[in-house]
Amino acid sequence: MTAMPPAHRTTGSSGPAAAAGAAAARAATSDLGDAGDPHLERYAARTAGMTASEIRALFAVASRPEVVSLAGGMPNLAALPLESLSVEVAGLVAAEGQSALQYGSAQGVPVLREQIGEVMAFEAGSLAATGGFAADDVVVTVGSQSALDMLTRLFVDPGDVVLAESPSYVGALGSFAAYQADVRHVAMDDDGLVPAALDEALQQLAREGRRAKFLYTVPNFHNPVGVSLAADRRPAIVELCRRHGVLIVEDNPYGLLGFDGQTYPSLRSMDPENVVYLGSFSKIFASGLRVGWALAPHGIRDKLVLAAESATLCPPAFTQLVVSRYLATHDWRSLVKSFREMYRERCEAMLTALETHLPDGCRWTRPQGGFFVWATVPEGVDTRAMLPRAVTARVAYASGTGFHADGSGTRHMRLSFCYPPPERITEGVRRLAGVLDGELDLLRTFGVAGPRTATSGGPQAPSADTA
Amino acid sequence: MIAPARTEFSVAVLAGGLSHERDVSLRSGRRIASTLRAAGATVDEWDTDAALLGRLTTSRPDAVVVALHGGEGENGAVQSVLELLGVPYVGTRAPDCRRAHDKPTAKAELARAGLDTPEWVALPQSTFRELGAAGVLDALVARLGLPLMLKPDQGGSALGAQVVRDPAELPAAMVGALAYGDTVLVERFVAGVEVAASVVDTGDGPVALPAVEVEPAHGVYDYTARYTAGLTRFHCPARLPDDVARRVAEAAVAAHRVLGLRDLSRTDAVVDAEGQVQVLEVNVSPGLTENSLLPRAVSAAGRDLGEVFTSLVERAVSRGPVA
Repeated sequence: MTAMPPAHRTTGSSGPAAAAGAAAARAATSDLGDAGDPHLERYAARTAGMTASEIRALFAVASRPEVVSLAGGMPNLAALPLESLSVEVAGLVAAEGQSALQYGSAQGVPVLREQIGEVMAFEAGSLAATGGFAADDVVVTVGSQSALDMLTRLFVDPGDVVLAESPSYVGALGSFAAYQADVRHVAMDDDGLVPAALDEALQQLAREGRRAKFLYTVPNFHNPVGVSLAADRRPAIVELCRRHGVLIVEDNPYGLLGFDGQTYPSLRSMDPENVVYLGSFSKIFASGLRVGWALAPHGIRDKLVLAAESATLCPPAFTQLVVSRYLATHDWRSLVKSFREMYRERCEAMLTALETHLPDGCRWTRPQGGFFVWATVPEGVDTRAMLPRAVTARVAYASGTGFHADGSGTRHMRLSFCYPPPERITEGVRRLAGVLDGELDLLRTFGVAGPRTATSGGPQAPSADTA
Repeated sequence: MIAPARTEFSVAVLAGGLSHERDVSLRSGRRIASTLRAAGATVDEWDTDAALLGRLTTSRPDAVVVALHGGEGENGAVQSVLELLGVPYVGTRAPDCRRAHDKPTAKAELARAGLDTPEWVALPQSTFRELGAAGVLDALVARLGLPLMLKPDQGGSALGAQVVRDPAELPAAMVGALAYGDTVLVERFVAGVEVAASVVDTGDGPVALPAVEVEPAHGVYDYTARYTAGLTRFHCPARLPDDVARRVAEAAVAAHRVLGLRDLSRTDAVVDAEGQVQVLEVNVSPGLTENSLLPRAVSAAGRDLGEVFTSLVERAVSRGPVA
């Protein structure tokens, strides 16, 4: 045997995901060497995209106090009334322990499903304005992420088309990828999803003889862009989807977090039979409890309940009853108002710092609510390739590539203002400006001006517990 | 040396840090901490933060295992502090860490000692700016040819490393590599069999463990290939003729000695089409995760990672606080 180039190289693959699939398909026999995981040949094809990521690894430093993290999406829980909450939790165990610590219904605890109506009415102005509410149509889920996962499982066969905003929420893209959806992005602007772009995407699909299974949209204080779908665009979006037979999945975790208390009519209110509405207690109460909900047309509700039984048997009764007691015993509407004030202050700190420090050629959104600013940097900068420089400078952000299923987004970054206090946000943006200056200097040196293409695989966005 | 089954030592494993490799380091730290615990040691896992000095001086562990990767854990900074505090530690002394960690410096020393290493040029960003990048890049390609291997001059886990086959890709690849540090190491790319030879010294002098051959599924052993099970196949021992395998082992031990390394190291090399062993880089703090190469080599040698590290801890304790 002579020294040779390694045999068994994968040929014809077009990237890490394809290579992972090819690798997964090979037998892990001893003459092929050790693949590092004896279970490799057993994994389903849909695990192909579940790879380690250089970008994800860089977020590990975000937990260190030296680093200003503008990367994560953790709500700030500082305003929670922990003392009175602990009394309620103790009371729950003492008085209702036998049911709180027992299995519950897959659809969720009835009392909480009724109370969800109060939360929706608070946002919509009245129960009627939600599009009609029946607790029987609510399915409580383990965060709205679990609802997203189940909805995708219900509707998407491998290769089915899902429409999503460009960019879109990374957690949703993760679910879509896990079910091997074909995600088509639809353009948005400062007023949210562009109806003409949606129309074009729907017509394009019709020309291909295909139909999207659903449109996934975050209409209010969008993650990652921070903008809201203008009220006058909403009927057009609803009408287009109805006409083309496309279901709408309306994900609304931030709807109550408009800085001035402004709210928007839900898409569901305009077509309750063609919209699945997702709500969440993560941003208005406690993300760690993992309580969200889906409000769905009857048929979909029934399927969701069955899907929930196979996924988790039932959402935890304990956390649902904690939420229920909180809603019943606390002035939660006032807490929502104090959250708004806190996020408004942080957003203003970020916008002021961006204005003061960011180099020419950058632009960014001006959110009226929610957690995030979406920044666009000068042509040639690849925010993903720049991330190590930011880590060296002790600041972290989420590069735009994480919010696209198609590798685009290199000129963008999501900057979150939800978690760090205002003075840290200011410092973080100051550092970020230095990072951008350094990168622009490097680009000038090497004459790199055009768009950059993807170089690394794996997840590009931070995990949920990233600060 | 006969394997001591149990140890009573108290050990502090340092892992984390603020380098780009924090994530890998945390995983290395967890793995080696549980391995040492299973061998009977009392183990603390500490990050290198403002609490570290207080912990070291109040807890006084018998020895420290440095599972830090990149930055201060590999450039000798943390080792210097351990020496200042008189805390015994496993691994290479501070000044030798500094020399080995800087890839261009290490390559120069290895070349001077007669080891083969791919032809290289190391340049700071300022040189490109001041002399004009286009001219410097042209000269690099003219001298080293294509493809080129680009990597940051320090750090590991292949972060920032790229193979450039098309000169048009070179400027953007430079920008990518220089995002990790101010100086880029540009090497002639050598195709061949990629191997990693770990060296341990548990009392009888540095000994090379069986080399691990690395076969990435899509040709490049990058971060994703390193840490995703299934994207790389490992052959241990490497599928090399005996004489080539012997030369790999000799090169690894020679590199360990030339750079003045202590206790353990890992030498990454490529066996080129002519069967020559070309040393790529030497690691003073090899990865210890489930996917890492040194633990595989230890297993292939019929040894136990806990036994090896227990021996290394014993050696550090017996050396005492003076390095």
